[in-house]
Amino acid sequence: MALLEVRDLKTHFRTDDGVVKAVDGVTFSVEKGQTLGIVGESGSGKSVTCLTIMGLNSKRNTISSGEAIFKGENLLTMPSNRLRDIRGNDIAMIFQDPMTSLNPVHRIGVQLVEAIQLHRDVTKKQARLRALELLKAVGIPRAERRIDDYPHQFSGGMRQRVMIAMALVNDPDLLIADEPTTALDVTTQAQILKLMTDLQEDFGSAIILITHDLGVIAEAADDVVVMYAARIAEHAPVDNLFKRPHHPYTWGLLGSLPRLDADVERLVQIRGQPPSLLNPPRGCRFHPRCPYVMGICKTVEPELGPAGDDPDHVQACHLDVETKDREAAKVLAGTMAEAS
Amino acid sequence: MLRYLARRLIWAAVLFIAVTLVTYVLFFLIPADPARLVAGKAATDADIKRAAHFIGTDRPIYVQYAKFLSRIVLHQNLGHSFANRQSVNSIVGAAAPVTASLVLGGAIFWMLLALPIGILSALRPRSLLDRASMTFVLVGISAHPIWIGLIFAYVFGYRLHWFPITGYCDVINPATDCGGPVQWAYHMFLPWATFAILFAALYVRMIRANVLETMNEDYVRTARAKGAPEWLVLRSHILRNAMLPVVTMLGMDIGLALGGAVFTETVYSLPGLGKTAVGGLFNNDIPTVEGVIVFATLAIIVFNLVVDLLYAWIDPRIRLT
Repeated sequence: MALLEVRDLKTHFRTDDGVVKAVDGVTFSVEKGQTLGIVGESGSGKSVTCLTIMGLNSKRNTISSGEAIFKGENLLTMPSNRLRDIRGNDIAMIFQDPMTSLNPVHRIGVQLVEAIQLHRDVTKKQARLRALELLKAVGIPRAERRIDDYPHQFSGGMRQRVMIAMALVNDPDLLIADEPTTALDVTTQAQILKLMTDLQEDFGSAIILITHDLGVIAEAADDVVVMYAARIAEHAPVDNLFKRPHHPYTWGLLGSLPRLDADVERLVQIRGQPPSLLNPPRGCRFHPRCPYVMGICKTVEPELGPAGDDPDHVQACHLDVETKDREAAKVLAGTMAEAS
Repeated sequence: MLRYLARRLIWAAVLFIAVTLVTYVLFFLIPADPARLVAGKAATDADIKRAAHFIGTDRPIYVQYAKFLSRIVLHQNLGHSFANRQSVNSIVGAAAPVTASLVLGGAIFWMLLALPIGILSALRPRSLLDRASMTFVLVGISAHPIWIGLIFAYVFGYRLHWFPITGYCDVINPATDCGGPVQWAYHMFLPWATFAILFAALYVRMIRANVLETMNEDYVRTARAKGAPEWLVLRSHILRNAMLPVVTMLGMDIGLALGGAVFTETVYSLPGLGKTAVGGLFNNDIPTVEGVIVFATLAIIVFNLVVDLLYAWIDPRIRLT
């Protein structure tokens, strides 16, 4: 059985303008020790999916449905004190912006110790030793001294290391990383990513890695979910996705990767804007922006299912598999030139 | 730290001179002669001249100001009242505890009101409680303290006889038979309530806004993601941060109010600094007015300094340089 099974997850927000369907029927699972990448544009519902799993959306205006079964228990329906036991203990989360995710008025040691003592019956001293151990594990230099520093005394990369230390401090089975490298510069991004994959081997945690960066996905993920407008467009093992992408949106993402070999005036982009989730387009949600749009796309919403012979590789697009393979080959011919 | 203090003290001196000088100049511009007042109703021109020489108003204004300044600096002496020759030091010394009682007690009063109301309405925005408290804020800010004072005095003093309407009782060493902490608090209750309403309203609004803003901070979400229960999130993560600006405002408001809560003191006939200053103004009694202003300026300077030091202590991001 999978560690986490998300089935038909829906998260709707009531706003003054109407109901925003931020996540609208998402299904995936995460296996022990594996990394699931979730990729998509801003506002595609990646973060909300994970916040819903963690129960961190504001209660007041959120309606969630579906299931998120973690080790046999449904996270969405369990009492809040049970969920609190799981949060930070079995499932931990790292956020996008390390500059604002640590409390500015507490020393980082205090924040780490708090995370430990919320779930472990240990003394402050023991918790502090554990905190120190983790700070060393994530590569904070002179951790013995820095443990008593305040967040503002750390750089962005170092703060994200602290966040990772804080997430791993209770040996979680699942680590949700919401764009952990987006706010960091490129060299730091690579370090943090390597740190996460290294620690994954040591700690054996499964990871859900949310990103809009396909490079990050290629490097770290085992499985990939491509989200578009609150739904899953394509879900495949990472090699399949990059070798044989089936969805025009995925092609768009691959095609818009910047290339160093070609001297282009501007980057390739997917034309148009992501749709409003207040009132998403009828039929396939990608059809207004899709270069391959057909009549059926405007009326019938495509089901998520296998396009070719591989049952693990599912997608939601009406195109026939021959066309998909032909067009995918064209797109890849463009991008792989850079990769090879 | 020492350099910071030195710089602050120099600025304090500049501020002090500016405030007192402006007061002197303003008095000089008023077309009234304090000497005439001192000399009495039936005084001859010669009498007035002698009186002017006696109180020093026959000298040029800069000489008067220089004398005032040197008296303060060298002898910590504020001079004597034009109106009754009393020492201004003792006038201010008698009035200051009254105002301090009013302001400090009032501050406790308004914080006791504003903290729970502000926090609760932030936790339940748009609820009935929130709407009721916002109505209170609107009334509290709009209603004049004189009006509030009169209403309180009428309802709770005159009609219900719960509290005395006027008078002040010393906490320690009472001059009259009315004294001691109980009588003091009993007599101060209505003034405290009156004085606190405006500030309570302002602080409810500020605390509510700060808490609402802090609730959406990323580190609050981090605390929840760690599995912290709501009370801990509120206490250790939301309030700890939301209260930072409140501490600043509190220090500055108390400093400001120590200069005299004129309206409240007037309504309840409290012999505080505000009432003393107003009385001095009516009598053209510049030493008394200057005395109150010197005290108020010092209070503001001291409280601002205290706030700065306190802020550096509670907010690790602030460094005094």
